Amino acid sequence: MDEPVQLTRRGFLKVAAGAGGALLVGFYLPGCSRSDPPAAKTQAPEGSAPIRRDTPDQQDAYAPNAWIRIDPDNSVTLMVASSEMGQGVMTSIPMLIADEMDADWSKVRAEFAPVNKVYNNPLFGRQATGGSTAIRGYWRPVREAGAAARELLVAAAAQRWGVSPDSCSTADGQVTHKTSGRKVSYGELTTEAAKLSPPDKVFLKDPDQFDLIGKPVARLDIPAKVDGSAQFGQDVKVPGMLIATVERCPVFGGKVRSFDATKAKAVKGVKHVVQIDSGIAVVADGFWPALQGRKALKVEWDYGPNADLSSAGIRKQFADAVANGVQARQDGDPAHTIQSASKTLEAVYEVPYLAHACMEPMNCTADVRSDHCEIWVPTQAQTATRSTAMKITGLPAEKIKVHTTFLGGGFGRRSEQDFVADAVSVSKRVGAPVKVLWTRDDDTRHDFYRPSSYNHLSAALDDSGMPVAWIHRIAGPSILARVAPGAVKNGIDSSSVEGAKNLPYAIPNLLVTYAMVNPGVPVGFWRSVGSSQNIYITECFLDEVAKAGGKDPYQLRRDLLANHPRHRAVLELAAEKAGWDTPPAAGTHRGIAVSESFASYCAQVAEVSVDNGKVRVHRVVCAIDCGTVVNPDTVRAQMESAIVYGLTAALMGEITIKNGRVQQGNFDSYPVLRIEHMPKVDVYIVPSNDPPGGVGEPGTPPIAPAVANAVFAATGKPVRKLPIRIET
Amino acid sequence: MVSLKINGQHHELDVDPSTPLLWVLRDNLGLTGTKYGCGIALCGACTVQVDGVPTRSCVTPLSVVGDREVRTIEGLSADGRHPVQQGWVDEQVPQCGFCQSGQIMTAAALLENNLNPSTADIDSAMSGIICRCGTYQRIREAIKRAAAIKAREVNHG
Repeated sequence: MDEPVQLTRRGFLKVAAGAGGALLVGFYLPGCSRSDPPAAKTQAPEGSAPIRRDTPDQQDAYAPNAWIRIDPDNSVTLMVASSEMGQGVMTSIPMLIADEMDADWSKVRAEFAPVNKVYNNPLFGRQATGGSTAIRGYWRPVREAGAAARELLVAAAAQRWGVSPDSCSTADGQVTHKTSGRKVSYGELTTEAAKLSPPDKVFLKDPDQFDLIGKPVARLDIPAKVDGSAQFGQDVKVPGMLIATVERCPVFGGKVRSFDATKAKAVKGVKHVVQIDSGIAVVADGFWPALQGRKALKVEWDYGPNADLSSAGIRKQFADAVANGVQARQDGDPAHTIQSASKTLEAVYEVPYLAHACMEPMNCTADVRSDHCEIWVPTQAQTATRSTAMKITGLPAEKIKVHTTFLGGGFGRRSEQDFVADAVSVSKRVGAPVKVLWTRDDDTRHDFYRPSSYNHLSAALDDSGMPVAWIHRIAGPSILARVAPGAVKNGIDSSSVEGAKNLPYAIPNLLVTYAMVNPGVPVGFWRSVGSSQNIYITECFLDEVAKAGGKDPYQLRRDLLANHPRHRAVLELAAEKAGWDTPPAAGTHRGIAVSESFASYCAQVAEVSVDNGKVRVHRVVCAIDCGTVVNPDTVRAQMESAIVYGLTAALMGEITIKNGRVQQGNFDSYPVLRIEHMPKVDVYIVPSNDPPGGVGEPGTPPIAPAVANAVFAATGKPVRKLPIRIET
Repeated sequence: MVSLKINGQHHELDVDPSTPLLWVLRDNLGLTGTKYGCGIALCGACTVQVDGVPTRSCVTPLSVVGDREVRTIEGLSADGRHPVQQGWVDEQVPQCGFCQSGQIMTAAALLENNLNPSTADIDSAMSGIICRCGTYQRIREAIKRAAAIKAREVNHG
C-alpha cells in the first residue's frame, strides 16, 4: 500500500446518496443508458416464493451501476455481476471488495447484479460467467471500488473531526483516529461521504495486508442452500404465471411439419398449445398438466438432413479427415524425425460427445408485454440473454430486465440461449408470464455437447528412451464455428486444440494439426472445454511413450518440464503427497497427470484398482497452483468438484447418436458418479502471490488421464478411448 | 378434494389424485425447496420424508400419500439449525445447492435410525441422491458431524 494506484477507470468512479441515507459507490461508463434497469431487491409477493422484482418504491433503493451500498445501519450490500453456479463467486467477489473496504464481514450481504455494461466481465467485454474468469476479470476493478469507498469514508471522518485523513485508520467497518482513539462506524458516515468527490487514485493492499483474501471464509449462500430458501430458476413464481413444456424434434435440425393439439388441449389445466421455433409448447397452470398435455400431442416431424446420422458415421467422418488437418503448431521436423527414428509408436485416441447434465434442468421464466420484458433465469450469460429477448420481442435494451437466479449447475451449458428463447417466445405468444421447464430427457437430448474427437498420435524416441518427436492430429467438431465464427482463424478453433497445442514438454520436433468436421451434433463449452479431452489424450500417450522408453511416468514428465517451473512444482507436490516413490497398496495402481488451463496449474495422482473389469478409484491427490488464492476452502471445493465431474466422464460419460438422435435420456442411460464411487480426495494448494488464475475448471483435465494411466499400469493396456472400459 | 398433511399443516386441494406430490408441493403450495431433477426417482433431488421415510416425491401420487405426514426441507427445523443443517454449514457442503434439500432430508432420516453411521452406512443411505457438483466427500463428513451434534443434543436433552 506504499504507492497509490491509478484507477483503471479513472474519472468514472461514481459516488451517490441512496434512499435512506445510503452511500453508493460504483462506476459510470460513458455511453451507458441512464435508464438501464436498476438492481432489484428481493421481495416476496403474496402467496408465492420470494422473487426478485422491482416495485416503484424500490426503484430508488439502488443507484444504477452501484457496486457497493453502505446503509446507516452499517449493513454493506455488494453486487455480484457473475452467476453463482456452485463455484463460490457470490462469496469470493464480495471478499475482494470487503477486504479493500475494511468492511465488517458479518454485515456484508451479496446480491446478483442486473444486466448492465458496467458489470461486464473485463475479460469478455460482456456480462457472462465462464472460462474460470470471474476472479481474474474482476480482481482489479472491484477492489478499486472497495478501496475508493474506504477512502471516501476516511475523508468523511477526517472532515468531521478536523484531522488529516493520514491520521486515520480503518478496520471492521470503522474509521479510527489513531492519536485520539476516536472511532466512527461506516454507517454513521454515509451521508457525509456521499457528498464528497470520488478519489482518482486509491491505495490497494499488498498481499500481506489482506484480512479476508486468502482465508477460508464461510460461503454467504450456504444458509439459504440448507433450508430450501435459495431461489433457483426452477423456483421462480410470478403472479399469473403459466408453466410450459416444449416437445422438440428428436432429430437435430428437424422441424415441425404439422401437429394436432386436440387431445392435449383436452387435458385439465392446459391453457394453450403454441408452435415456437424449437417445437410445440404446451402451456398449463402447472408442470404436471403441461406434461400430460405434451404426451397427448400428435406431431409430424420433418427430420431434415441429419435423419441418418450415427456415431459410427461420425467416427468415419473424423477418421477420413484426421490426416488432412491444418497446422496449429510446428516445432522442428517431426515427420522426418519419426521416419528416421529407430523406435516409434503410434495410437488412435477417441473421446465421445458428453452432455452437461446440470442437476437443474434448463428453464427460464419470461413476462413479455407490449412495452417491456422481464426475465428470471439461471444463466451464465446476462448480456446474451438480453440480446435474445431484444431479437424476439423487438424491444430496446432498456426495456428488458434480466434477473439472475441461483444456477443449479452451469458447466458451460447455461451460456446458451435456447431456454431463454423458449420462454420469451411462449410468453410473447400467450400474453402471460410463462416458465418453460425442460424435462431431464429434454436436457440430455437437446444439449450442446462436449465435442467428440478422433486423434492420431505418433512419437519417436532416441536411444536413451527420450521422446524426440511428437505428432498429434485432431479431428472433431468446432464450438467456435457456431458461437464465434470470426474467432476461427485459418481453420483452427483454438478451443479444439487447447491442451494439445500448448504441450509443455521439451520435445524438439512437434506437430499439432486440426481437421474441423461438423457432423450436425450441436457442440458447446463443457467444463474445461478442449483441455477436458486433449489433456486426457496427451497425458495418456505420454505414458505410452514413457513405457516404450523404459521411463517412470513421473520422472519423464519431470525431466521434460525443466523449463516449466509451475507445471513441475505441482507435479512434484502431487507425487510427493501421493508417495509416488513408495509402492502403492497391494492391488492398487497409480497414475499421474499434469495440465495447465485457465492460467492455473494442476497435477493429480489417482490410486485405482481394477477387479473383474471394474475400475475403482480409491484416492486422488491433487496439487493446484492457481496464483493468489481468494478463498482456500472454495479452491479445495472446486478441485473436489472438478475431479468428480471429470471422473463421471472418465468412467461412464458417453452420448451416442442413432438416426440423428441422442440415444441417452435420463440418469439410467446417462449415469453419473454417485457417492459410493467417491474417492478420497486430498487437495494441496501451492502458496503464491502470482496473479489469480482460474479455479472452477483447472481441476477437471488431469483426472481422466490420471485414472486411465493407473488403469494402464494395472492392466498393461493403454486406455485409448473414453469412457474407460476394461476387456475381460 | 384431496387433503394433505405437510410440515404439520393440513391442506385441502382440488387436484387430480394421480398428480405426483412433487408438483403439488412446488406448483400449488409454493414449497420450492423440493426440486425436480429427473422425474423418475433416479436422482433424489425431490426427496421428502413421508412418515419419516425418505420418499421420491416425483413418483409418489397424492393418492398414495393419503393421510401420512409429509415433511419437506422447509419443515425440517424452524431455524435452519437441525443437526444435519448445522453439519452441512460446518463442512461447507453445498456448491450449486440444487440437490441439497434431497441430500439433507435423506441424511436426517438416516440419523433417526442410526446415530453413528459408518462411511458404508452413509454411502448406502445416500446413494440415491446425485450431486453433479461432487460434494460427496463433504456430505460424508457432514453426516458424521451431524451425528456428533445429535448425540450431544440427546445427552443434554
